Amino acid sequence: MPNNSATRFKHGELVLSLRGVSKHFGAVSALTDIELDVHAGEVVALVGDNGAGKSTLVKILAGVHQPSTGTITFGGQQVALPNPGVALDLGIATVFQDLALCENLDVVANIYLGRELDPLHLDEVAMEVRAWTLLNELSARIPSVRDVVASLSGGQRQTVAIARSLLLDPQLIMLDEPTAALGVAQTAEVLNLIERVRDRGHAVIMISHNMEDVRAVADRIVVLRLGRNNGVFYPDSSNANLVAAITGATENAVSRRAGRRQSEQNVYTEEQP
Amino acid sequence: MSNETQDAPQPSALLDRADIRVKHATGVGGAVTAFIDRVRSGELGSLPVIAGLIIIWTVFTVLNPVFLSADNLVNLLFDCSTVGVISLGIVCVLMGGQIDLSVGSMSGFASALVGVLWVNHDWPVLLAVVVAVAVGALVGVIYSLLFNRFGMPSFVATLAGLLAILGLQLYVLGDTGSINLPYGSATVNFGQFLIIPATVSYLLALVPGAVILVGGLRTRQRRHAANLSASSVGSLLIRGLAITVLLEIVVAYLNRGRGVPLMFGAFLGLAVAMDYALKRTRWGRSMNAVGGNREAARRAGINVGAIYTSAFVLCSSFAALGGVLSAARLASASTQAGTGDVNLNAIAAAVIGGTSLFGGRGSAYSAVLGIIVIQSIASGLTLLNLSSSLRYMITGAVLAIAVIVDSLARQSRVSHGRA
Repeated sequence: MPNNSATRFKHGELVLSLRGVSKHFGAVSALTDIELDVHAGEVVALVGDNGAGKSTLVKILAGVHQPSTGTITFGGQQVALPNPGVALDLGIATVFQDLALCENLDVVANIYLGRELDPLHLDEVAMEVRAWTLLNELSARIPSVRDVVASLSGGQRQTVAIARSLLLDPQLIMLDEPTAALGVAQTAEVLNLIERVRDRGHAVIMISHNMEDVRAVADRIVVLRLGRNNGVFYPDSSNANLVAAITGATENAVSRRAGRRQSEQNVYTEEQP
Repeated sequence: MSNETQDAPQPSALLDRADIRVKHATGVGGAVTAFIDRVRSGELGSLPVIAGLIIIWTVFTVLNPVFLSADNLVNLLFDCSTVGVISLGIVCVLMGGQIDLSVGSMSGFASALVGVLWVNHDWPVLLAVVVAVAVGALVGVIYSLLFNRFGMPSFVATLAGLLAILGLQLYVLGDTGSINLPYGSATVNFGQFLIIPATVSYLLALVPGAVILVGGLRTRQRRHAANLSASSVGSLLIRGLAITVLLEIVVAYLNRGRGVPLMFGAFLGLAVAMDYALKRTRWGRSMNAVGGNREAARRAGINVGAIYTSAFVLCSSFAALGGVLSAARLASASTQAGTGDVNLNAIAAAVIGGTSLFGGRGSAYSAVLGIIVIQSIASGLTLLNLSSSLRYMITGAVLAIAVIVDSLARQSRVSHGRA
């Protein structure tokens, strides 16, 4: 196991940099000329409508897909990510949207999958202790780490997936819709966790459709639209601008709906004596 | 808010007992209730196959008391060992969610190779066996290439292999069709006569119980030190004692006949090694993961292709070894070796024993239990002088029942949230 913490980046140092990354699936261009910089101690939110290419970008950085063109620089060195193992060894951990857990294995086995301690004589006790520690850090409510993942609820599975990404103390952690299946308290815990991870000097990329969550933790908001960069925003940018960048027009479904509700409310208040 | 949490019942200090919603089994009584709960929710383990074995043995003993005689059981164990070894390999590929349909042909080809190299070409027998197993490994490599490189389903690749290897077997044997292995040679003695000396067998039967007790106590100590819950000394003692008494009774009974076959001992040794590899090593964990969710395993950084390769290579090698053992058992290598029901018996044994056809669930011991069931049926029907037509039908029915039990248990697990 590589010792990631030995090469801890200084706060503000450039961790990851993408230049001209494109990905084609046959005739479809899922990503075109993507540029992205992520610094240590920074949370970058990746937002965009369905089909904007967010998950594809995350999968490229996780080593699941290979980019068709473009360069990825990680820690000042140009890297290739031919498979997920390489990305993990470099210190890039990912919580996938579909979580990628093995339902037939228990929680400890899932957290340590592919990284088991003592390969020829698994150290179950040490792994169980570490699993509990990671889960307690997340205030997870897992009844037993010896239960198979199939018996857990959606939220519990999400916490397990997040706990797993923290196992290797990665330089860059990517979370694809980390709060989608979580309750109010767990969402807050995950957002707290993201801030804690950032304060420890890790870089975080977070995908979310929930603008409230994004504004709560993101230092920068990168908008993708139809597989291209479509502007960088900050948490204090106006909602209208952000939505316009995501949907690609100032006149869009969201603004029309907001306008309609506004006028309905106006009518309602006028009718009241 | 803070007052409330203080008023709540103090959760116990143990790391894995903090969640008050979960009931935890404590002591011996708790272990028993937990076991019953598990069975009710569909975690049957090897319970159905043991129940089935008891039924089968009762029926055959009633029909012909010779069935349960020590000598017949010793013969049965000799017969179990050959196909059982093949079945161990099948467990391995099934765990990874794949299948090898060519194990019968592979075992026949391996026995033919040993016959030709040893008897016809005067090679040392050990070298001939090593070559045969190495050829098995090579076949496994070819399957994994077809599977990993060309995406050929293992079902089709090994079906093609079944025919191709059968052709090789016929080619190697040539016109003779059958080679007799020399009687009195160590190999044939191993397959037909050699038994574990009585005192050694009694001592060996003590080992599993001792391992459970000592290993259990050590784990208990480590878990206590790490502030985790641990099983009680009482339940460890009972488990160790129960398994020791059971094994000693079995060994004593077999020793009233010829004794415990050395070949069966070797088969059990392989099964224990395989079980350890599947449960206690990173390789085994990866195999389980690949069988359960291939893409998740890949994203966890597991080299999925290498895991599949190891499964196919192990399976074909075990098939070759099983073929050598059956050649020793029959003292001949012929065109008939490995044909007929060898293939399906090996696969059926793994499934009857409780290894899932869908990957990610099973154990090496399922091969042992399953092959004892299948050989019991074969032996019992032979004693009753029934034709092989009936034997096929009954084995088929038992296989169907085993799969039905497996499916029902899976449905129950799903509805109990344990699938």
